Amino acid sequence: MCLGIPGRIVEIREDEGLTMGTVDFGGAQREVCLAFVADRAQVGDYAVVHVGFAISLVDEVEALRTYRLLEEMGEMEGA
Amino acid sequence: MKHLTEYRDSALSRALVRRIRDRVTRLRVLMEICGGQTHTLIRQGIDEVLAGSVEMIHGPGCPVCVTPLEQIDRALHLAADPRVILASFGDMLRVPGTGGDLLQSRARGGDVRVVYSPLDALALARRTPDREVVFFAVGFETTAPANAMAVWRARELGVPNFSLLVSQVTVPPALRLILEAPGNRVEAILAAGHVCAVMGWEEYEPLAEEFRVPMVVTGFEPLDLLEGIFMAVEALEGGRWGVENQYVRSVRREGTPVARDLMERVFQRVDRAWRGIGTIPGSGLGLRPELAAFDAEVKFGLAGIVASEPAECRAGEVLRGRLKPPQCPAFGSSCTPDHPLGAPMVSSEGACAAYFNAGRRKGEDGAAGAVGEAGGEHGLQTGASDLKGPGTRPGRKERAP
Amino acid sequence: MTSKSLDFALGCPMPLPERDRIQLGHGSGGRMSANLLKERFLPAFPGEVLRQLGDGASLILGTREIVVSTDSFVVTPLEFPGGDIGDLAVNGTVNDVAMMGAVPRYLCAGFILEEGLPFEVLDRVVASMSAAAAAAGVVLVAGDTKVVERGKADGMFINTTGIGELQEGFRPAPHLARPGDAVLVSGPLGCHGMAVMGARDGLDFRLEIESDTAPLLSLVAALREAVGEGVHVLRDPTRGGLASALNEIAQASGVGVVLEDGVIPIPGAVAAACEVLGLDPLYVANEGVLVAIVDGEMASGALEAMRRDPLGREAVRVGTVTADHPGLVVLRTGVGGTRIVDLLPGDQLPRIC
Repeated sequence: MCLGIPGRIVEIREDEGLTMGTVDFGGAQREVCLAFVADRAQVGDYAVVHVGFAISLVDEVEALRTYRLLEEMGEMEGA
Repeated sequence: MKHLTEYRDSALSRALVRRIRDRVTRLRVLMEICGGQTHTLIRQGIDEVLAGSVEMIHGPGCPVCVTPLEQIDRALHLAADPRVILASFGDMLRVPGTGGDLLQSRARGGDVRVVYSPLDALALARRTPDREVVFFAVGFETTAPANAMAVWRARELGVPNFSLLVSQVTVPPALRLILEAPGNRVEAILAAGHVCAVMGWEEYEPLAEEFRVPMVVTGFEPLDLLEGIFMAVEALEGGRWGVENQYVRSVRREGTPVARDLMERVFQRVDRAWRGIGTIPGSGLGLRPELAAFDAEVKFGLAGIVASEPAECRAGEVLRGRLKPPQCPAFGSSCTPDHPLGAPMVSSEGACAAYFNAGRRKGEDGAAGAVGEAGGEHGLQTGASDLKGPGTRPGRKERAP
Repeated sequence: MTSKSLDFALGCPMPLPERDRIQLGHGSGGRMSANLLKERFLPAFPGEVLRQLGDGASLILGTREIVVSTDSFVVTPLEFPGGDIGDLAVNGTVNDVAMMGAVPRYLCAGFILEEGLPFEVLDRVVASMSAAAAAAGVVLVAGDTKVVERGKADGMFINTTGIGELQEGFRPAPHLARPGDAVLVSGPLGCHGMAVMGARDGLDFRLEIESDTAPLLSLVAALREAVGEGVHVLRDPTRGGLASALNEIAQASGVGVVLEDGVIPIPGAVAAACEVLGLDPLYVANEGVLVAIVDGEMASGALEAMRRDPLGREAVRVGTVTADHPGLVVLRTGVGGTRIVDLLPGDQLPRIC
């Protein structure tokens, strides 16, 4: 239920009325259904992909913030 | 891989572990209900390094493990039907039903195919119009929108030879059951990140309020889990409860509305049996009556296939977090991934398999607990107190290994 | 109150599945394969040599010491990025002979062809075999061809048997690993298995990954020259991947192996493909990589020698042999924990959880 992997949307198209796209996962590419995120998705965005569907988009601003916080914490702990 | 591998940083992980250990004033008991999170915790040895500070209990978060015997038997019945191609996620192939699993069915000539996506099963149906394709639609809310889309498209495109055998479950009713149970030791919950990516976390707020429990929506990589655990611990130490979000990069409070919308249109809430636990009212999703043409149970008349789920299975206790896998007498001896007795030993996300594959086992090779001995011992002690609740069940049958 | 005082009935009262026939998992190189050998084959064939379960058998014929090895190739699809079944059929057996320390000289090949196989496919495969044999310096000396009905052979199955000459003082064998030995791999892992998986119908992934199929002879020669008898074990981690190979060696030698998570070389594209499908790269097949277990003192010499060879540029030490936990392979994780890397029961299956 949980295997959702982030990948970069490299192409968006319509396939018989369904919004589909090509997503690149660090070198492996696959067709992914973008119907659930079609209202917001753009080429270059990162999507969380589960069983061939984008179930949400990655918010890069939040991602950066999370990682910065983690790094700061790491510094404090002498990581 | 961006947005993934950076959350595996060893140095930061160790720093977070230190932080957690420093923050707790006593042993804190947390539960996660997600096979993927169980997997990471065990594979990375996180429960081992947190032993003594945080005890992680693995709840019924593996949809493979909780799929009722009955549904497996129905899948086996379909696989044996020469008209049918049974398409399934790989996870389901080794789960034992009555008289075998889907892999064995294939060995006996059943047409069983692994697919990565429900849309692949639909495409298969369109390519093979002379066969009936049944997709074994298992999963939590994470997978429900995908399964829903397969049916939706089948109807839109007019694909008559496609149907779903549905075995969908939802988290909140199971969560309620766990928190309500007498003798519940769980103090805080890690909510499954991808379930919440779809559903948001609105449904969890009333539960957190009612039971006064911190709930942290958490991701799946080591840093995510450790950060989520830290946030839960902070809340507990501060006497706070409510829902917080660790997995901010992928989850918003409203989830993915388009996905939820489709789920509403395709599925309705039904009662569902969870293997080893029993029926939890309103905990499942079933196809709406107007989509009955795509419901394999209706199409193939499967209502007559009922499995007598034994009174209770050890797997149930594991799934409810009341038994640690290594405490089950069969663990590592008569029940191993090679010859599993129950689903949690089959599914790579099942708690039993996760423990076994990470090495907390007693077994014929005598390597028992040689690695991770500390974790194992600790598990035994706290696990024992789990069993102060309802005690032994009547009518347990002796099984020959 | 400990678990030992719980006198519950044994196990889940759930039905035990039928276990009376061959399943795909029996061919995976995991535990089912091992059990199949142990329970159904070994009892029928007496003799010490077979029981060593090496990549091949070393035999004395008169005054000569030779090595014989056999392997069958059933890959689908027949052609995949980086190679075809013909490349595998030659390189696979050449490598098995080389892993015993011998120089391969001769090859026999048996073909089972499916009715309807297009000649152009057959020709391509044969051309690949010819080129691979020339590159490996082996000569095809005997063969056989059979044809079976449509549907019975996935296009083509090939069996090859290799014969090689043992070299003086160079006898690596699976049971010779010793505590303190270094565990080395010659290059990045997982390419072959993922290349084939990517080319299979049904999973529909486009992978920038090619099979790494190659003869490992120059690498073995380099190791022999640099380290000689310090090379205790050589193994090419084909089906079942690095994890299965190390488990077999740990069992055969009665030692433990400790691996370090951060240093195991896995190319980004392989890692990514494994992530998406939920597969563990440690169990994915390799066809152009070797594992060398060498005397700890000679590890850096061995690595230098491998790195001078084009196939060994990324050779690296991934672990150590230990006297602890004999028979088990343990991985030290980034967070400071450990986990046992066990033999899988059967094949890895793509998962959603």
